[in-house]
Amino acid sequence: MTGAKALIDGLIHEGTEVIFGIPGGVVLPIFDEIYDSKMKVILTRHEQGAIHAADGYARVTGKAGVCIATSGPGATNLVTGLANAHMDSIPLVAVTGQVGTGSIGRDAFQEADITGITMPVTKHNYLVKDPESLLRIIQEAFHIATTGRPGPVLIDVPADITTMSVESGFPKEINLEGYKPTIIGHRKQIKNAVKAIEKAERPLLYIGGGIIIAGAAEELRRLVDILKCPVTHTLMGKGAFPEDHELSVGMLGMHGTWAANTAISNADTVIAIGVRFDDRVTGRLDKFAGDTTFIHIDIDPAEIGKNVAVHIPIVGDAKNVLETLIKEMPKDYAPRNAWLRTVEGWKKSHPLTYNGDSGSDIMPQYVVERLYEITKGEAIISTEVGQNQMWAAQYYKMSKPRTWISSGGLGTMGFGFPAAIGAQVGRPDALVIDIAGDGSLMMNIQELATAVCHDLPVKIVVLNNGYLGMVRQWQQMFYKGRYSSTDLCGNPDFAPIAEAFGAAGITVTAKDELDDALAEGMNNGRPTIIDVKVSREANVFPMVPKGKALDEMIEEY
Amino acid sequence: MEISEHKHIISVLVTNKPGVLARVSGLFSRRGFNIESLAVGTTNDPAYSRISLVVHGDDRVIEQVTKQLNKLIDVIKVSDITHSETVLRELVLVKISAKPEQRTEILTVSNTFRGKVIDIGDSSMIVEITGHDEKIDAFIRLMKKYGIIEIVRTGKVVLVRGAATT
Ligand SMILES: Cc1ncc(C[n+]2csc(CCOP(=O)(O)OP(=O)(O)O)c2C)c(N)n1
Ligand SMILES: [Mg+2]
Repeated sequence: MTGAKALIDGLIHEGTEVIFGIPGGVVLPIFDEIYDSKMKVILTRHEQGAIHAADGYARVTGKAGVCIATSGPGATNLVTGLANAHMDSIPLVAVTGQVGTGSIGRDAFQEADITGITMPVTKHNYLVKDPESLLRIIQEAFHIATTGRPGPVLIDVPADITTMSVESGFPKEINLEGYKPTIIGHRKQIKNAVKAIEKAERPLLYIGGGIIIAGAAEELRRLVDILKCPVTHTLMGKGAFPEDHELSVGMLGMHGTWAANTAISNADTVIAIGVRFDDRVTGRLDKFAGDTTFIHIDIDPAEIGKNVAVHIPIVGDAKNVLETLIKEMPKDYAPRNAWLRTVEGWKKSHPLTYNGDSGSDIMPQYVVERLYEITKGEAIISTEVGQNQMWAAQYYKMSKPRTWISSGGLGTMGFGFPAAIGAQVGRPDALVIDIAGDGSLMMNIQELATAVCHDLPVKIVVLNNGYLGMVRQWQQMFYKGRYSSTDLCGNPDFAPIAEAFGAAGITVTAKDELDDALAEGMNNGRPTIIDVKVSREANVFPMVPKGKALDEMIEEY
Repeated sequence: MEISEHKHIISVLVTNKPGVLARVSGLFSRRGFNIESLAVGTTNDPAYSRISLVVHGDDRVIEQVTKQLNKLIDVIKVSDITHSETVLRELVLVKISAKPEQRTEILTVSNTFRGKVIDIGDSSMIVEITGHDEKIDAFIRLMKKYGIIEIVRTGKVVLVRGAATT
């Protein structure tokens, strides 16, 4: 068989059902194989759209997302998507075409050193130099992408490799001497954790995307049932623990809730699981740690102690470690009632609020609240980046894992819409909604064609403030209101744009039209933009200004 | 945590594949780690190479260096051998400007340092010298008065004493 056939067989063998991408010169033989394969192919309109779609697909299914691009510009268009997946630990396999092996290094037409370029933003990458290594590489790529701390793996396939003949089949086993993720947590450390939790007077669970990746939401629930302690989650941890649970204090960090930030500032023992102490979470580092005892459970040893000194490190898979931890915990752990009452008090005295009495203006927070009500909190939500992302995180409460799709680590504008397309491909029956900003949407709006062509009824709710709103908010607060390059003048009218693509478009300019517009948009069975003209200068609060401690939150401005 | 900068000697066993050195050195630059010296060569088993590194940093930085190196798929083993009994060597070639009448003097100094004169030209000499920092630095200092034309160093290579492997 040819290299191209081997490649497609290999992808299918690894469970690939759908591939997102765009063809081009050097990948013609591969696309020719795709033409008769049982694998579904989704042609996007930009390679960035393809890789974010693969990413969204991976987030909702838990499987590796697969995308393909041609050499040179096709490959370089994947770079943002790789970096995005790398930061958020999303399993992807990206296949790129490369110029023929004989032309590599000669600045051939559409040559780009994509393995060199992507080294820092992939978990691993390969340049295939021998057709006989192709199947081994595909097998390794999926293994590396989906195990341990997941991440993107790129396979660069030179043109001549795709037409050469391949004799060897799949290797019987994977032999990666330098790659052995630790799954089982150290027993003694787990016992130390139990002791620390027993001693704790003000325990708190700080949970993140690692819980979702490990499929440990159920174990987390059982742990919370025993500990009865407050739970705060990161942006990536939305859905790991039901946000409407009485012990949830909501998201922490820069735009976290008052209760979450105050609770972590006052806890004496923090059990951190599948989190990485990101600067957007910790605020000023020296104030964050204090004399808190940190227990940190993570599959990536390099995350432990990276930003914050940890007292009890436990390297392992969150599910596995939690199972053991639950077994080791005394079942009669007494709830820390005084602490619980205090935290409950913070929740009651400082709920999330916004100016609800804004006259005729539609407040963006209100839009998300209504969307939450109308969809009964059961939609899969993706977001763009900026204020829209934070309002979505604050007001759309998630209760299940793999329903929240947001660019956490890289903060990639233009991610949400293509990711929603991928999510819809992975979950055809689900209602998938991109909560968007008018700036971000413009970065990948071309993918409307993809949604229309493949009949993917993705919804885009635009919180249209006419601004690069999050940047404008910082300019208002920290740059004397000098709105340098944040007014999005010249942006199009989105509803007719949607219609021109063959999707549905609805514009909402008055508060009393909102519910009907949302209900109609959610139920029309078509890709739809609902363009909501919101209050232009609404801000996201609470806010921990950059470089400040978590308890220095600003609640209004 | 105590913040004190130390010199660390790290030995990294890697699979002998193209691009491995780029992965290792790229990791250092993008994570802001400082390499003082890096030497690489194949091991007795040609499937592997060993990279000897001398790195500066406090304990937290060194812990990150080793952990991040370990995450690279092509890295088999990372050993911080700073506190082990080691043999550390570096080979340096020094090209010195030397008039014929200065040759004997330079030769005498080189001998004292167990250096080898490996080339003599009309107005220059090349001396090969191996050893640890202090010895090499001292030799270079002494040669300055003749005029140093060029220096090339291999970077430090290290092995732990005894039968143990790294
Ligand atoms: C690709 C990219 N470019 C620039 C930024 C910086 N940035 C962060 S938020 C933001 C504004 C986003 O505007 P919009 O999508 O309208 O969202 P809003 O904040 O108004 O809700 C910008 C420019 C980014 N995160 N990503
Ligand atoms: Mg905006």
